[in-house]
Amino acid sequence: MVTIAVAGASLAGVQAAQVLRRQGFDGRLVVIGDEPHQPYDRPPLSKEYLTADEPDEERLKLRATADPAALDLDWRLGRAAVSLDLAGSTVVLDDGEAIAFDGLVVATGASPRRLPGQDPGAEAGDGSSAATLLELRTLDDARRLRAAIDGGATRIVVCGAGFIGAEVAASARQRGVDVTLIDAAPAPMDRVLDREAGMAVADLHRANGVDVRLGVKVTEVAAGEDRAGALVTLDDGAELAADVVVVGIGVVPNTAWLDGSGLTIDDGVVTDATTLAAERVVAAGDVARWPNQRFGGSLMRVEQWDNAIDMGGHAARRLLAELDGGQPEPFRPVPWFWSDQYDRKIQLAGVVGPHREIVQGTMDEGRFVQLYADDDGRFCGALCWNRPRQAIQARQLVADGGTLDAARERLG
Amino acid sequence: MKVVVDFDLCESNAVCMNIAPEVFEVRDDDFLYILNETPEPALHEKVREAAERCPKQAITLEG
Repeated sequence: MVTIAVAGASLAGVQAAQVLRRQGFDGRLVVIGDEPHQPYDRPPLSKEYLTADEPDEERLKLRATADPAALDLDWRLGRAAVSLDLAGSTVVLDDGEAIAFDGLVVATGASPRRLPGQDPGAEAGDGSSAATLLELRTLDDARRLRAAIDGGATRIVVCGAGFIGAEVAASARQRGVDVTLIDAAPAPMDRVLDREAGMAVADLHRANGVDVRLGVKVTEVAAGEDRAGALVTLDDGAELAADVVVVGIGVVPNTAWLDGSGLTIDDGVVTDATTLAAERVVAAGDVARWPNQRFGGSLMRVEQWDNAIDMGGHAARRLLAELDGGQPEPFRPVPWFWSDQYDRKIQLAGVVGPHREIVQGTMDEGRFVQLYADDDGRFCGALCWNRPRQAIQARQLVADGGTLDAARERLG
Repeated sequence: MKVVVDFDLCESNAVCMNIAPEVFEVRDDDFLYILNETPEPALHEKVREAAERCPKQAITLEG
């Protein structure tokens, strides 16, 4: 029987498994995930999971696998892939099991970057600040943060004002917690937004009572007074007492298990334009880096929910083409993300470009559509605040190669 | 196939409309309208994709 192994049981891996079955793959399908939980959806962890009166973990489950028997998968949950033998077509798990495969989907995701001394497994009461240093990637992380807030944490320092940090700050404020949001960059979400839009995010948080501090770095996190909580020192000399510190300073792709495998590893598993990483091996989701032909073929690694679904499905079809001799197609999506903060829905369709213009609303009113054009004046993306329909229309326009004039007319 | 939307979850992201405009429409009032609750088989794949890609997982397909 033909075996396909899927390393990674989150969104990209599960979607790959689902599409493999839908495309008629009837061989053995082994899905390996290092978390003990049934596959679940991550975006609510920094939002509804923290703000709801009662968090509903049932609702988090990915629907494709909510019924564990549905896709006839051979599960390996709570088990990590630790090495890949390409020549021998075998994945080895942390308990020593070797899984021989005919095809492999690499979808092992990414892990949070950590501050020195940060240990997500630390227990309270050991006298260090480790137990107060949290991160937010997994359900267990979210449970810890939720428990801290439920348990009466009143002061939270959030290091990093990217997606996770900004959303955690907003959710914690909604729970009535005093929040300080710190970032080394001059504006929040600086890696994905233009500076002015980033400052609008800062204003949004300030208007909701967050102490936003930009352009500063954390130099030390020490145990707090009486060994409770933490004392955060910044490079401008400021000291902040906190019950909990949440670190959201980006992620690194989970590729350590592939070292020495022969796959090209460079800030992720590098694939060709069709998501193929090697013969009979594809990669998808946060761990994968590929040349997106729609944007000049530059290598992209996209840490977004929708991309995990899109790329997981594409990689599944690509793998079947590899096994059956079908025609490979390039993966050339238009990126799209959303972030919910307070009553704002922030969406970016396409990519930010050097030229920008607001064609509807204003940043001050928190409801606007801003178009972006690239160096050659070509329409390349749109940022929408509380304008979800326009965000989706913009995404389609970028996909269709629409002009800036067309975008103005359609979205203005 | 019957299309059911949980309107407590729906946030009118309009992802579904972009994938299956025959079935889903977000209008100027920013609310989602279901144009066809029982789409014909030719639309099933699109509708299934729309359900999968809904960021709020608000669309359920029955039958």
